[in-house]
Parts: sequence; C-alpha cells; structure tokens
Amino acid sequence: MFSLKQNCWFIRKVVIWRAVASIAWSVLLLPVTSAVFVLLSRFSLFHPIQWISECTSLLTASSTIFSLVVLCGVVLITGLFNLEFYTLVPSIPCSRMALLGTVLHPRQCVHSLVYCTMGMLVMWCASVTIGGRYSTLGIPCKQSESGEVVTCLNEYHLFLLLAGAFMGYSHSFLGVVKNMYYVSFQPIQQYKYPRFKGCLPMVVKCSVIQSLYSARNFAALYFFFGKIFINLCITLQLYSSLQPLDSLTGLLDFSLLYHLSISGTFLYFTWYLTVLLFRIYVTEAYSFPVQSTFTEDAEQCLPKVLAETNTLVMKFLALQDLALLSQHSLSRRLEVFSLSQPGGHPHNWNAISRECMSLLSELTQRLLAHQDAVASNGRVKSQSASIDTRSASSSSSVVSGTEDVSETPRLSVPLRTPGSVFTSSVGGMHSALTAPFTPDVDSPFSSPAIRRLVGQQEPRSPWFGTVQSPHIMRRGPKLWSASTESQSNGSPPASPATVPSPPAANQKPSFLAQWLQNRREQVKSFLAKRVLIVYLFNKLPEASSQALFADSQAHIWALQGLSHLVAASFSEDQFGVVQTTLPSILSCLVVLLEAVDRHFKLPHASSKPVRTVCSMGDSTYKTLRFALRAALKTAIYKITTTFGEHLNAVNISTEHRKRLQQFLEFKE
Amino acid sequence: MCSLGVFPAPVTAAQTLFERNNELLSALHPGEHSQACDLPSPQFTRDTLKGHSRPESSSRSVFLDQRDTLWMRSAGAWRDAGLYGLLDEITNSAEEVPRFLAVGSACVLALLRWASSFHGSLFPHLTLSSDEMVAEFSQMLDWSDSALRSFAWHPHTDKFAVALLDDSIKIYKSNSSPTPTLKHRCQRSVCALQWKPLCGSALAVACQSCLLIWHVDPASLSTRPSSGCAQVLSHPGHSPITSIAWSPTGSLLVSASPVDTSMMVWDVAAESAVPLQRVGGGGVTYLSWSPDGSRLLAATPSALFRVWETRMWTCERWPCLKGSCQSACWSPDGGCLLLSMQGERVIYALTFSDLTGGPKAASVVADLSETTFPGPDGDLTVGGEVCSLSWDPRGERLAVLLKGDSQADNHPSVIAVFKTRSSPVFELLPCGFVMGEAGAEPRFMQFHPHFQHGALLTVCWSDGRISHVPFYFSSAGLLGGDSPQQALASNTTNPSSNKLYTEQIS
Repeated sequence: MFSLKQNCWFIRKVVIWRAVASIAWSVLLLPVTSAVFVLLSRFSLFHPIQWISECTSLLTASSTIFSLVVLCGVVLITGLFNLEFYTLVPSIPCSRMALLGTVLHPRQCVHSLVYCTMGMLVMWCASVTIGGRYSTLGIPCKQSESGEVVTCLNEYHLFLLLAGAFMGYSHSFLGVVKNMYYVSFQPIQQYKYPRFKGCLPMVVKCSVIQSLYSARNFAALYFFFGKIFINLCITLQLYSSLQPLDSLTGLLDFSLLYHLSISGTFLYFTWYLTVLLFRIYVTEAYSFPVQSTFTEDAEQCLPKVLAETNTLVMKFLALQDLALLSQHSLSRRLEVFSLSQPGGHPHNWNAISRECMSLLSELTQRLLAHQDAVASNGRVKSQSASIDTRSASSSSSVVSGTEDVSETPRLSVPLRTPGSVFTSSVGGMHSALTAPFTPDVDSPFSSPAIRRLVGQQEPRSPWFGTVQSPHIMRRGPKLWSASTESQSNGSPPASPATVPSPPAANQKPSFLAQWLQNRREQVKSFLAKRVLIVYLFNKLPEASSQALFADSQAHIWALQGLSHLVAASFSEDQFGVVQTTLPSILSCLVVLLEAVDRHFKLPHASSKPVRTVCSMGDSTYKTLRFALRAALKTAIYKITTTFGEHLNAVNISTEHRKRLQQFLEFKE
Repeated sequence: MCSLGVFPAPVTAAQTLFERNNELLSALHPGEHSQACDLPSPQFTRDTLKGHSRPESSSRSVFLDQRDTLWMRSAGAWRDAGLYGLLDEITNSAEEVPRFLAVGSACVLALLRWASSFHGSLFPHLTLSSDEMVAEFSQMLDWSDSALRSFAWHPHTDKFAVALLDDSIKIYKSNSSPTPTLKHRCQRSVCALQWKPLCGSALAVACQSCLLIWHVDPASLSTRPSSGCAQVLSHPGHSPITSIAWSPTGSLLVSASPVDTSMMVWDVAAESAVPLQRVGGGGVTYLSWSPDGSRLLAATPSALFRVWETRMWTCERWPCLKGSCQSACWSPDGGCLLLSMQGERVIYALTFSDLTGGPKAASVVADLSETTFPGPDGDLTVGGEVCSLSWDPRGERLAVLLKGDSQADNHPSVIAVFKTRSSPVFELLPCGFVMGEAGAEPRFMQFHPHFQHGALLTVCWSDGRISHVPFYFSSAGLLGGDSPQQALASNTTNPSSNKLYTEQIS
C-alpha cells in the first residue's frame, strides 16, 4: 500500500521528516487530549472533589496507559494515511457518478475499512475510560427462570463500538466528498506554532459539530437497524434488565448521548489534529538555494527544482519559494539576476523564467482547448459532428458501432499538451492529477490510485463531461460505455485498458461486436430517459471550471514570482538579463489574460461557490480561478506600473500593446 | 522638536488655496487664483442626503403587532437581538410563560449583564453601540454628524471615492465622466474606504456588518453598478469594521474591528480569511500598512499598539503610557512611523531600520499644545489632540488634523502642515495652517498619491465640501528620492537607452 517511491531527494530528506515530525507531535499531544477527555467524560457537577480525585487516579491507571498505547497506534496509522493520501491538487468529480465511483473504489474501501476499525478501537478505549456501564462487552447476568449466571451482551458498550465504526466510515466518506486530503497553502506565511494555535479553535469546533452530526445520524440508524444487526451478528443474550437501546426511551438517555458525543468529539479531534499538523508541516515554506558552488548540490537548486516534474510537492514548494524570494529577499534576487562565472550567461534567470512561462502557457493551452471544446452555450462543438451523424443513423435504425470506439482516441489526442508539466507527476507519492479533464463522466474511477495501479493516464477528453444540453442522446454513449466497462469487467483497473489504441480502432468490428453494439445503443437510449440515471450522470455545474483550475496555486505563485522579479529588475538587474525575456513574458501574460477572460464568459464559470460552514475539508480550490484571475491582473499591473512609458520600447505585437495600454491607463 | 508657536499665524478670513515659494497663500491675496488642478470638488449638504435616521430596533415597536403570540415574539426577538432579546422577551412576558421559565431567564439575563459589564469594565469600548464605536474610532472627525463619511483617493489614477451620510458611495474622476453611485443592502455606516493597489477597479468598503469589495469597471458608463458587482466578506464576530488596509502589492486585505481581538487577513479573490489573534488590547481599531509592505501597524482600543512584520506575521507589542493610538502614518520608505495618542498633544516617531533591529522607544517630534494667535477679529486658539495624520507620498509634507474645542467659539479644528526632513536627523519644520471658508472646519484629509508638482492635500470640510490644496515645491530628494524607481526613471528618459543588455545571450 505504501508504495512511496523515494528516489527523489526532496521526499527522502524533507517530506518524510516533516511527516514524521507531525506524527510525533500528534502522539505527544495525545496524553493532553486524553486527559481532557477523561475530565469531561467523568464530569459531575455536584461532587467536584470526587471528580478530580477519580480522574487523577484514572489517569495513572494501567488501563489508561494501555489505551494510550492503542491510541498512539491509531494516530500513527492516521499519520501514515495522511502521508499516503495527501494531494496538492484536489480531485474534482464532475458528476455524481464519478463521485460514487471514487467512494466505491477498492482503495477507498480499504481506507474506510481501516478507519472503521480505528474508530472502533478509539471508541473501545473511550468506553473503557468512561467505565461504569460502558466498560465491557459482556457482563454476567442472572437468567430469570433458572437463576444461573451467564454472560450477557452489554448493549451500551456495543452501541459505542458501533458508533465508532460509523464515525470512522463517515470520516472516510466525507474525506472523499470534501477533499479532506487536499492540502492548501495559506496566503500568508506564519510560524508553525502560531498557525497551530490559530487553527486549534477551528479544529475543536469542527470536531464538535461533526461529532454531533454523526451522533444524530448514528442514533437514527441504530434506532431502525440496531436490533436487526444484533440478532444477525451476535449470539449473546441481551442484558435484559436494561432498557433496550433501539427504542425511543432507551435512546433519549441524556448521559448516553452525552458520552456518545464526547467520545465522538475525542475521536474526530484526534484525527483532525493529525491532519492539521500534517498540513502545517507539509506546507511550511522551504528555502531552496538559487545557485550552488558545488556541482553535486546542483539538483537541489531552484532552477533545477522548478523544472522537476515528478515530485509535485517539491515543485509547489519551489514555486512558493520563488514567490517569496521575489518579494522579500534582495540578496536572493540578485543571485537570480547574476551571470554565470565563466561565460557570463544568465542561466538562473533563463531557467526560472522559462519554467514559469511554460507553466503559464500550459494553462493557456488548457483553457483554449477547453474553450474550443465547449461552445458558448455549453454544448459540445467537436463532438456534435459525430453525434449528428450518429443520431441520423440511429433514426434510420442503422447504427454504426465504429464511431463509439474510435472517438475516444481521436478526441483525446489534441489534449495532451506537450507543455503539461504535471502529466507525469509524482512517482506514486500521491495524486498525479493534472488533469482538469480526468474527473469526467466517463472515468468514474479517476482517483489517483487507479492511475497508479494502471500506471497510465487515461487520455480522456473533457468534453464528454461538459455536456449540459438536455439532449440526452449526446451524453448517452459515453456514460454507457463507462458503466458497461466497469460492470462487465468487474474490476475497475481494467477500464482504462479498454481505451483502444488507434490501430485497433481502425479494425472492422465483427458481426457479434456489431450486434452487441446495437444492444448497447438500445439499452443506452433506454437508460438515458430514466431520472435516476440522469441524476447520477448529470454534470455538476462549475465542476469542470474548478477542475480546470485545480492546480492553479502553482500558476499564482509563478505569476507572483515572475512579476515581482521583473519589477525588481527595473532597479536591481545590473546586467539587463530580464530585458531579453520581457517581451515574451508580457505576451505570455496577455495571452493568458485573454484566455482567462474568455473562460469567465462561459456559463457557470463566474458563479461563486457556496460558502461551506466549518468543515475540516479545505474548499480553497473552489475559488482558485478567481484568485488566479486577480493574481494575473495584479501581475500585469505590477509590471506596467513599474516600467510605465518604457514599455513602449518593448518589442511586442500591436494587439498586446493595446491591451497593455489599457493597463497603463488603469482601465482594466 | 517643533511646536505650534513657531507657525505663521493662520489667516482666518479666507480659504487657503495653495502653497508656493514656501508660503501658504489664501484667497485674500489679489491676483492669485486657484489654478491648474481640474479635479472635481463636489459639495454635499446634510439636507440633500437622507440618512437612515433610526436604528432598526426602534422601528420594530412601531410596526410589529404587539399582540403576536409568545412564540412569534420570541422568534422575532431571537432574530433581531439574539440571546439577549430572547431572554428579555421571556422575562417581560412573565404572565404568559411558566413562572420558572420567567425567573430562570431573568436570572440568566442578570448574570449575562453582570458578566458583560465586567467585560466592559476591562474594555470600556465594548459597551458602546455599533454606531458609537464607528464614530469613536473613525479617522473622520465628528463622523456621526458629518455629511461625508469617508474618502479615498485611487492610488494610481485621478479618481476618488466618497462615502456619504445616506450610505451611498460616489466615485469621481478628473474628467467629466459619469460619477457612479454605489449602493448595497449591506452598506451601512461606512467607516473606511480604500482602493486596491495595482488594480483599476476594486474598492474595499468597511461597513457596519461586513466588508464589501466593489468592482467598478472604469470603462463602464453605468451610473448605478448593480450590487452584483460587490463581493461581501464577513466573518462571525468581526463587525463593525473600523479600519481596512490593502497590502501595497494588492494581494492581501487586512480588516479590523474593535470588538474582535483578531484581525483578518483576507485573500479577497478566494474569499478566505486567516485570523491573526492577539488577545491583549481587546480589539483592533486602526490599521496602517507601510508603503514598502514590510510592516503593519495595528492599534487597539487600549493603551497598546502592535507593529506586525509581514513576512512571517509576528508582532512587536508597544504599550503606551496614556491613551490608545488614534492615528498613524508611515514615511514613504517605510522606515519611520509617526503616531498620535489619545489624550496627548504630541506626535511620536518610531524609526525602524533593518540594521539595528527596530527602535527601543518612541521619541517626541512635535508638540501640539494650544497656542493662541492674535487676529483681526479676536484671538484664535489652535492646537489639541490629533485626529488624523497624513504624510505625502514624497515624504516632504505632513498634515495633522487637530481637534478643536466645540464649546469654545474661537478654538476650531484646523489642519497644521509641517515640512519634513530626514537628514541629518529626522525633523519637522513649520509650514502653515490650511484654513477653509469661514465657518467650515476640516473633518478629514488625505494626500493625493501621485501629484506631479509637489503634494496635493484633499480636505473634507464640515460644510460637506471637498477641496484640494496643492503644495508646489521641487522635491529636495530627502525622503522621496529613495524610491529607486524614480531615480532610475529620471536618468533614463529616452526609453530606447534603457536597453543595457542586448540580445546576444539568447
């Protein structure tokens, strides 16, 4: 499972140690949270002295120590999961089906299973700590007729254990839905301790709220299915003298609900704290040297690191470092502008600017490809040609099956932009999610895991997912083929394998295949009329837009770094190294601005997402496109205000000059 | 140290027009006319602006049917006034509710009041109502009574925004293009305005309940931009907002509220905020970002202010002796901070430098205690507490708005203008008083951010007029010259000679 490919020095030397430090801190904080939990769980208003003394004796008891050891194990596993699953680019499902696919994915199932077990473990520790009627699963009881002592089931204990499992599952489930493993970077830099202190109230609040929600849901679930579950799974007799818990009176027990929510809060808090510490440690700024005197360190220098494509986290941190040095550090800026010693070439600046510009132009191409694909009314332009022929042919009940097969490779080819930096990202470390296009209707199993399993990117095209027309036929082929593949093959990993290679697509299908194709078309058109199917496969609004800009934090840093460096070069660049690249930088920015402007004219692109109320999942990615637009304009303004009239001497095309003139006059 | 005694006597009879040859000239002088600046100077009177005169709570008793059921009234009270209102309502309708409930709510209410009065005795500003608090901490003198609520120049163009008594904002440009009026449901009790640097359109507005970011398209001819052009940023417990500050790079916005101990650092486009909490002080009233972006001043309602450095966001605590920090301004290079305290008639200076690691104590640079000048129609007393400070972008003129005494009739509020010099030692020299028309007192002032021929001070007067007072001087390069940009720009006038580096490398 933990297939960390550790060939990158950054993962080996930095990320691993950061993760270890975060786990160590979560383990160190565990006794504190446990002590608070003990105090709260044994709370009694009327006997304060007894309460305190009981708690102190309990805290030193051997059972508590054992519980702590178990909890340490839980925290350790949580930390390892964080390290394994974290992603800097969120996976954004474009339809409900894609979401469902992610939730039901085997890797996710394993995750849920582990979290269920961990939830039960934590709840077991909690119930042992609370003691009293919760402490053991089996209790001796007298049978009413014979009077002999047998072991009965303690329903309270079971209730808590099941609650733990439920909370573990819901944590795992919400982790997918709310992108719990997405790590976002803060807009400001802070030291780790103040940041932790600032986030702590939020984590407490989130865990309390989440615990209350889960407690409510679990109580409802237990009320309906509790008895059935017990009868099915457990042969022990119920401890009969107690009120059965799956009745209203049994559930409306204040003490039970209090203990349930307190334990739930403890459970969530432990996990959330681990996540928080991991986020804080991973996103801490790392200072890369701009240049090194020793050749063996050359690969750790900023220009080399920026060009690196395999380790996403390193690339992000390098871009962040670039943005920071361009704003705050004069000496490091001078290193960027310096010339190489023998030869006098501005290698540093050339490498950095080239990397930033390739990043930005890759985004431009991605946006243009998306715009070409989506006509302004949200329909599919390039697909509609093939669709039209199909609908014509299907009306005459002669279905050509070849199109369906051939269209995937044909449409996906232009999308593989060569400049795409993230396409081959991350040696198994985490998501290789470049692709704005991966979260698609036709690839419900587009989670990073699957791509790792297959070792291949699905060359799927964006515009299947972007259909918004009510004309269901257009959506039909794709969604059906996705579901048949997953059904017929049974194993999801096989689904990308069915993407045919172009020569295969050219082969004439056999009669049997054609017949199958016929059937498929019929079933497809039948399904396309069902409400549930439409609901599942309907495109979520603005998801494609979010997906396009999912990794835009990198672009924002590139823009900031580039613009501040160029602005600083006005006074600091002694050799004029920036001037040779200034025209290309300007035109790169203007072209990107035009693409972004056009993107925001698409439907749903400029609608604001709903604000989420207090959740541990980070929703920063939903507004990244607005942040990118603002950063882009600020970057251009930064350059135009610094250079002013001197820009007229820069050699750029007339249209771009016109656009820049707008900026010079502050009319954007 | 400079004091008001060495100032030239103010000319009370006429409006100050401009400064030339080191002399402030007023409309009295024959042959001198207000010239050159074609900036709009609108006037607003209180009569034409209808403010919402009545707070919402008082209108409730007029309109709401008092014979509603208890449930309805409780729900209304909860919605309008929160827990307090609910408890109050239950206590007041004691005959309709069970006795234990009425007694219980009365007890809880008493307990809450006691606790809040205790809290209020620690931080007296918390007992103020929201409007009073805005009036107290606003940079506008006599905020609640003024037709003008706030004013802001655009940092790059000849464009300014004015917030008015009726909660609308007007935007004026130098040419006679239409003046957009901004209105929004949430735009109440505007306390501060600031344009986003490095942007043509975004204007941040600090309102009573939230923070509004207007995006006013400069090319648009519309006079009433819809409220869809405004972004609403709010955070629970973070209102009223009395001060906002954009970072000079335009990427971050910081907002402060006197009731919230944390100030919010907003990433405006992403609509996310990072709270920076420091409990001491009980709130944050005033923010000022240094022009080089490296430091941020945060004043609290208590006798304490903080200077944050903006790289890692750590802060230095500066306890003051007497009152809270009322106003402050940074020198253009960000190395010097001038402050004024409530209850003190002096200006303090703090000098920051990266070499020495910051100042140890503030030094007094100007004494502003009352001074009486004899005039043709009786004596005129000038001096008092400082309401606001403003330093021109070249660092050559410092304007200080001095509070007058509203009881005494010959002690008006005035603007004293100092010349500033930074070498060999930092020094303030007297320049003169800026006077308005007869009977008008200054309320607010701000320097134009990029006036070509010196400095341009824009003053909002108590009669609702906005006027511009140019100071013509040639820059001595004492403080302003250290902007490297200007230095370089001045010796590369020919743009083509800017190409130091030819295309050989690539």
